[in-house]
Amino acid sequence: MIAADGPGYHVDRVDLGDGGAALRFAGELRFRQCFASWQNVRRLARPPTPRMEFDLSHVDHLDGAATALLLDLRSELVEAGAAAEIVGAQGPVLAMLQLYGAHPPRPSAKDPPAQIGILDQIGHEVLTTVAETRLLDFIGDVSIAGAQALRRPSTINWADVPHLMERAGADGLPIVAMINFLVGMVTAFQAAIQLKQVGANIFVADLVGLSMTRELAPLMTAIIVAGRSGAAFAAELGTMRVSEEIDALRTLGLDPYQFLVFPRVLALILVLPLLTIMADLVGIAGGLLVAMLTLDLTPSAYLIEVQRVVGLWDVFSGCLKTMFFGLSIALIACQRGLATHGGAEGVGRSTTSAVVTSLFAIVVVDAIFTVLFNAVGW
Amino acid sequence: MPSAGDAPIITVEHLTIGYGETVVLENLDFTVPRGAVFAILGGSGSGKSTVLRHLIGLETPMRGTILVNGAPPVRTAGAPGYGVLFQSGALFGSMTLAENVALPLRKWTRLDAAAIDTIVRSKLRLVGLEGFENHLPAELSGGMKKRAGIARALALDPPLIFLDEPSAGLDPVSSVDLDQLIVALNHSLGMTTVVVTHELASIFAIATECIMVDHEARSIIARGNPVALRDGSTDPRVAAFFNRRTLAA
Repeated sequence: MIAADGPGYHVDRVDLGDGGAALRFAGELRFRQCFASWQNVRRLARPPTPRMEFDLSHVDHLDGAATALLLDLRSELVEAGAAAEIVGAQGPVLAMLQLYGAHPPRPSAKDPPAQIGILDQIGHEVLTTVAETRLLDFIGDVSIAGAQALRRPSTINWADVPHLMERAGADGLPIVAMINFLVGMVTAFQAAIQLKQVGANIFVADLVGLSMTRELAPLMTAIIVAGRSGAAFAAELGTMRVSEEIDALRTLGLDPYQFLVFPRVLALILVLPLLTIMADLVGIAGGLLVAMLTLDLTPSAYLIEVQRVVGLWDVFSGCLKTMFFGLSIALIACQRGLATHGGAEGVGRSTTSAVVTSLFAIVVVDAIFTVLFNAVGW
Repeated sequence: MPSAGDAPIITVEHLTIGYGETVVLENLDFTVPRGAVFAILGGSGSGKSTVLRHLIGLETPMRGTILVNGAPPVRTAGAPGYGVLFQSGALFGSMTLAENVALPLRKWTRLDAAAIDTIVRSKLRLVGLEGFENHLPAELSGGMKKRAGIARALALDPPLIFLDEPSAGLDPVSSVDLDQLIVALNHSLGMTTVVVTHELASIFAIATECIMVDHEARSIIARGNPVALRDGSTDPRVAAFFNRRTLAA
């Protein structure tokens, strides 16, 4: 082959007579037009001679991406052992070559990711998650800071606890109340359909009372708190991490765990049982509404039945679980926040991860308690 | 005020630093004299901020030793012996300026609220922010945040202060104001200042000594007075940096 054509350009291969060859380009080298036909130009350059010239004297236009094609072709020939150079460029064509050719090509600083099997991938992801989230560091640091705080409780930033309790508790009251009221109503509705058929209307009070106090109110309240407060804690600490405020705390001699983490843990441990008690009452009220409207029960009949069947332990066991829910949510959210990296995007990732992991932890803790209570007959 | 015969306030020996298994700089040896304004220079990505993070104890060296005022920078107890200005100021967003500056005083002193308030006002006056005590950081400009960060770093009257890219993000006028403040603190209080920067105008205005680190060499490639290096260094990398030209030129 001695010539190649493409839209808007033409290339001739010319023998220079001294063992060298030249590719003489003419016309306009625009990437969109060149790219599809560039294989012809590459074929024209084969076989390479010891000396190859790319003559651009008759090129009127050269854009950036077409420059890259030329430089790649030159590099290819150099790697094949030829001495390849670009000659004849002038004006804007020369300026483009100088701009794109200013930095010599460098090999990649990092190897491409290796293909690994699925088991290796799972292991790699687990190890990466543990390393990137600095999970083991967090567990160690919390343990040490916790031991120090037990020895000297005054080192904890107690001043922040009431404010955090207000944000997690008081500010969350309306949504916790509304959600649990609806949950109570829905539970009663679902039960009413079946109970009516067998004339056991009154047992709706048993169902709503026990399910709300033992499971539904603690779970729903913890889920809401995970979404509200867990996300807020992760976002706050994550933002502090990326704006170097955590580093600033450390350089001021303040322990981030005692100053930021423990107040949040204490706030949720204290607030969740209180919210759960309120959720119990509101959920039972939701069931009452349905009982009155669809099952023809009087309020007094419903409430007497609730009082008969729901014991102190039912309420207490639900509240006990929520203390551990609060501990889990706060620790997970703070850990995600403190492990944040990568600017605003990292804060978003940490917040999402905090909520998702907290929800998972809530269900796991709930399952553990359910098995535990069953095992001891509670 | 420190004198020439005093022991260096910072001593670094055979220091190798990096992240994970990646070495950024190795076998660094340098000292920071008391009372100096000492600049750590280098291009973007050269590792100068990494050096600073090791000097203030936020990172642990791979090898080598760092002594700040005769002790390792990673403290386990006691008040910090230095102040730090982070690049963005790192003011605590939920606290007012006064609360930010008061925080180290509340933690490390037994002063009562009135005494702390007096000190806070004096520090804010020192940096030209008197009257802004009740402002939140979000209500301040970039230059004001840097000044507030310096006020907090000075709260405990440390003999040493670290400044991480103090001019970053500032307009030329604010940058000059900050340089003048740094020089005034150094002259009036004898405070040793370690500055990480690549702003040439600031370097020549404030630094009495410097080291220059280089990413490719992974070591210190120049040390001394910045003006002397600009005018007399034969290393093309150093000459290019100080004279603001490319290496090929």
